[in-house]
Amino acid sequence: MSLRLTALDALHRSLGATMTDFAGWDMPLRYGSEREEHLAVRTKAGLFDLSHMGEITVSGPQAGELLDHALVGFISALGVLRARYTMICREDGGILDDLIVYRTAENEYLVVANASNAQVVLDALTERAAGFDAVVRDDRDAYALLAVQGPEANGILAKLTDADLPALKYYALLPATVADRQVWLARTGYTGEDGFEVFCAPADAEHLWTALTAAGADEGLVPCGLSCRDTLRLEAGMPLYGHELSTDLTPFDAGLGRVVRFDKTTNDGAFVGRKALEEAAAAAETNPPRKLVGLVSEGKRVPRAEYAVVDAEGAVIGRITSGSPSPTLAKPIAMAYVDAAHAEPGTTVAVDVRGKAEPVQVVALPFYKRAR
Amino acid sequence: MSNPTHLQYTKEHEWLTAAVDGVSTVGITAHAADALGDIVYVQLPNVGDTVTAGETCGELESTKSVSDLFSPATGEVTEVNQTVIDDPALVNSEPFEGGWLFKVRVEATDELLDADGYTAFTGA
Repeated sequence: MSLRLTALDALHRSLGATMTDFAGWDMPLRYGSEREEHLAVRTKAGLFDLSHMGEITVSGPQAGELLDHALVGFISALGVLRARYTMICREDGGILDDLIVYRTAENEYLVVANASNAQVVLDALTERAAGFDAVVRDDRDAYALLAVQGPEANGILAKLTDADLPALKYYALLPATVADRQVWLARTGYTGEDGFEVFCAPADAEHLWTALTAAGADEGLVPCGLSCRDTLRLEAGMPLYGHELSTDLTPFDAGLGRVVRFDKTTNDGAFVGRKALEEAAAAAETNPPRKLVGLVSEGKRVPRAEYAVVDAEGAVIGRITSGSPSPTLAKPIAMAYVDAAHAEPGTTVAVDVRGKAEPVQVVALPFYKRAR
Repeated sequence: MSNPTHLQYTKEHEWLTAAVDGVSTVGITAHAADALGDIVYVQLPNVGDTVTAGETCGELESTKSVSDLFSPATGEVTEVNQTVIDDPALVNSEPFEGGWLFKVRVEATDELLDADGYTAFTGA
């Protein structure tokens, strides 16, 4: 099967990007040094093409009730032009995907799924819409998505729009004109920095990319690939589906039980997965299974996904889900599920790095939190 | 970056200098360094170890991956580049110069390519 190309494909190639297959999309992995791209986002700004993300529009008089039924969050309680991080689970509580839902109007929501799960989410929402006066629409081809992330993002956007950026709060969005193009401008991201995500028509993507690049030249904005996006989100302690999240885990297993809203008042409080999630919540309270923790190594070798976490006797007590050199901390970091007995911050455990036990310390997540 | 004509190359993307007093210098090519991305850790053989042509003698870790380092020659390791151990990014910035990895007293080599042959092999 041939890879899908974003509207910015020719531009990435002209910039000399190293491309990679990501969930069936040919995406920029890096343009030059991924470390330099990472540090630019932490200290200045980075520009990303995220057009692989899966947009789904849910609209109609009962759109909110449908999402309250289909997702674990209390979506209808979200204010118009606000966004929420949430999840969609199976009846058995297993996570199908993590999502951001934007309320774009009184009766309309934009659901953004991971590229790898977009079809699964679309199918589940369509099936779960039965009986609701609401329409689920596949809008993957209707949007390109750019992100401007980093401390200079606000100043760069301000050059291109009259939108009231100071009033645009974290996890809020606005219909805005940016560089003479109509977009949805959202203050969201996956980097741990201030920044914006710009949902635009694919036909406008190249114009906006070029305008943002020019507007950010003096601020040190650089094009950024998915490689640094992964290390940025890891430092920020944000989960990635397929690594920290899967159908084998509930939100409570992942330490993200807060996204499950048992206090929903719509649909008499019923939602897909409720019974299993109540049991998972109780188990997490009384007899927690493995916990998701951060690990920091003082060595140089990197604990990577799927490596075993071991105790002093070499017994396996956990498994790495994501690991990378941290450009900000200048040491290897990882996230891992470890037995609750070893999950306390400050505990020293080890990671089996290709046959050699490398000592690592359990730390609280996130690894990095920006100064506000 | 073009491949220097005074070096010889393996299909595993190592380079080897002509021997001086029987000793050759070994590194990885710019093509290999680019493919790996930012290199963060270099594990090299120890001085005095005997390495074998075509066999693993160390590893290179980048942000995204771990790769074996294959020796292009058989012989005793006479020196390793401590500077590169301390600053692995040198392999990316100066793969053919300051980013050299180790020196070996050459007894035998793998099948080696000249610069043109290697360039053709990588399809550059």
